[in-house]
Amino acid sequence: MLDKAYRDIQSQVHPDRFAHAGDAERRASLQWTTRVNEAYRTLKSPVQRGKHLLELQGVDVAFETNTAMPAEFLMQQMELREQLEEARDARALDALRAGLQKNKRSLEGEIADTIDAKKDYKGAADLVRKLMFLERLDEEIDSGYEALE
Amino acid sequence: MALLQISEPGQSQAPHEHRLAVGIDLGTTNSLVATVRSGVATVLPDANGRPLLPSVVRYLNGGKTEVGYAAQARQAEDPKNTIVSVKRFMGRGLKDVAHVESTPYDFVDAPGMVQIRTASGVKSPVEVSADILKVLRERAELSLQGTLSGAVITVPAYFDDAQRQATKDAGKIAGLNVLRLLNEPTAAAIAYGLENASEGLYAVYDLGGGTFDISILKLSKGVFEVVSTSGDSMLGGDDFDQRLFCWVVEKAKLPPLNPRDMRLLQVRSREAKEHLTLHGDAPITAKLSNGELVDLKIDTETFCSITQTLVGKTLGPMRKALRDAGLAVDDVKGVVMVGGATRMPQVQRAVGEFFRRDPLNNLDPDKVVALGAAMQANVLAGNKPQGEDWLLLDVIPLSLGLETMGGLAERIIPRNTTIPAARAQEFTTFKDGQTGMSIHVVQGERELVSDCRSLARFELKGIPPMVAGAARIRVSFQVDADGLLSVAAKESTSGVEASVTVKPSYGLADADIERMLRDSFEHAKDDVHARALTEQRVEGQRLLEATKSALSQDQGLLTGEEREAIERAMRSLESLLAGTDHRRIKHAADALNRATEDFAARRMDAGVKRALAGRKIGSL
Repeated sequence: MLDKAYRDIQSQVHPDRFAHAGDAERRASLQWTTRVNEAYRTLKSPVQRGKHLLELQGVDVAFETNTAMPAEFLMQQMELREQLEEARDARALDALRAGLQKNKRSLEGEIADTIDAKKDYKGAADLVRKLMFLERLDEEIDSGYEALE
Repeated sequence: MALLQISEPGQSQAPHEHRLAVGIDLGTTNSLVATVRSGVATVLPDANGRPLLPSVVRYLNGGKTEVGYAAQARQAEDPKNTIVSVKRFMGRGLKDVAHVESTPYDFVDAPGMVQIRTASGVKSPVEVSADILKVLRERAELSLQGTLSGAVITVPAYFDDAQRQATKDAGKIAGLNVLRLLNEPTAAAIAYGLENASEGLYAVYDLGGGTFDISILKLSKGVFEVVSTSGDSMLGGDDFDQRLFCWVVEKAKLPPLNPRDMRLLQVRSREAKEHLTLHGDAPITAKLSNGELVDLKIDTETFCSITQTLVGKTLGPMRKALRDAGLAVDDVKGVVMVGGATRMPQVQRAVGEFFRRDPLNNLDPDKVVALGAAMQANVLAGNKPQGEDWLLLDVIPLSLGLETMGGLAERIIPRNTTIPAARAQEFTTFKDGQTGMSIHVVQGERELVSDCRSLARFELKGIPPMVAGAARIRVSFQVDADGLLSVAAKESTSGVEASVTVKPSYGLADADIERMLRDSFEHAKDDVHARALTEQRVEGQRLLEATKSALSQDQGLLTGEEREAIERAMRSLESLLAGTDHRRIKHAADALNRATEDFAARRMDAGVKRALAGRKIGSL
């Protein structure tokens, strides 16, 4: 659905449609395409999408200021990071990533349920923050692969 | 068959008439120009029927130049003035140039971009590239019998902003209206995808003369979406020649060589490499200037072993591209091979092993990029009716960021972001009463600024004095559809605003471009005025047509008064087109552009509304 809407709009506003148009139209096209790309990126990323949907409900996820997380979750994160540091080959990284992907999927499901069904926006904000931690770990796994090469 | 319609250059064309647009592959080793004729993309050959133009320029005394085969034939004889593989120097400083010791050129380390001293003066790589483009433009205009309305020029996907800007500048100096810079692997994907009606995820492995790109694309009906791209802008067939050349020098125990012998052996090495593609071994013979005879033979096995690390260097970017796309090897449905260097059997083998499937070679790896660029140029020129054209979504290859405290790079737009893109970040002052801030724009993936490429530095002045941390400086990045960046900084507290916009251009200021343009016209004995008039007429005509078609589609968006104002501006432009004053035409065109600003914005809004009618964000 999202992909289709994105493509439909892009096919209306993309600069390629206006390469032979006047400056005014080219400028408007550039601005619109930029906005559409930004919107698509926001809605496509589970963390950004969650943050945006919660903002629409007046709840600020506050990644930067609110770093208080349950102790149990933090312990688990620290363990995962230790495993990452100890990972010496691609196989170990693959295993870490597979586990992380599973965790992310289930957390994303939980967020959708908390927002859509339970309408517990405060609770959802905590979950989105957790998801953000997992995404950071994902990025660190990427750096792990790069360090191997 | 319809007779070819030939219109006087610069004469007004009827609306919806086919516009002459070309795709240009400006390669490290060879360049090509292609166009779409009767719906089919074809490479335009030279008068002798040769499709390729060797990317070689020789500068002679008195400002004369030779380009292509003629220059190539003299390269060993006149190595200092015969520039090969100039693409490797585009947007690069002297310290970036690999193997300086084995190039014969007399480099001048100009700020920003390296320059080369030749018999006809100091030349920037941009000018050398422009001389190649000029020959291709003339070839196309002769063959198509008319002035080109625009060109798409391809660049390696992994080119950074400086290299892209340099390429676009070269196009301008060559007198081309550059419709778009298109990434080479993306161009190849267009040609391949349309030819084979492919759907799904494809990888494009593009090993050219001097650059390596790997792009992963999602092909679906009418949409070419680049998911990720990676590469090495300093790796290509040239490096294989260089390895072979070093092997020859070592094997024949040669003393340090003069430029002529060096170039001669480099040429022989290249020929041997090409010979090995189809044969088990290749002879390398050359008579050096001191009379000594080099007579060697190399077999495939030796060649593979001395170039193994080069092939290996392409594997890292392949893995990175897949990781960035979040894909496994088995998700990829096919691997398209592009670039002359992919003809080497060891490259084919390595790629086949990596993707666990046979690479696709059914399009000529030398021509596929130019053909794809021609197809895109045809769409951009508006020669395809809506519905029959396609949509191309590309990404930036390298992250864009700013230098922050401690020499660290702060990422503003991450790599593989779909373009056009914009992002902004707020910064603040760190000293009381600070009234200026220096902004350093960098590109690259490394944490330290010193490991990234510096694109531009500028100073934001006039910040009202306040305590440290109180100022709000918003730095915004905008990347356009060519992948080119512009940066603006704005201080916005206490109602005072200051803003600066820079267009990062690696060394070349607008004034330099203007000078080069003038020089090139003087040498070509071209009439500056006539050229400007032609350009303004084409541009004015294009604008009139675009406005007419916009009015016929969406006049409901305008009040009678607004429509009247636009029509007035159109009539004034129309009446001036027949005249000979290019400045007045430009003024009238600018006025029409201003008059249609609101209309353009409304049309765009209406388009988005149509696409999104009846949808809610939650349902997307």
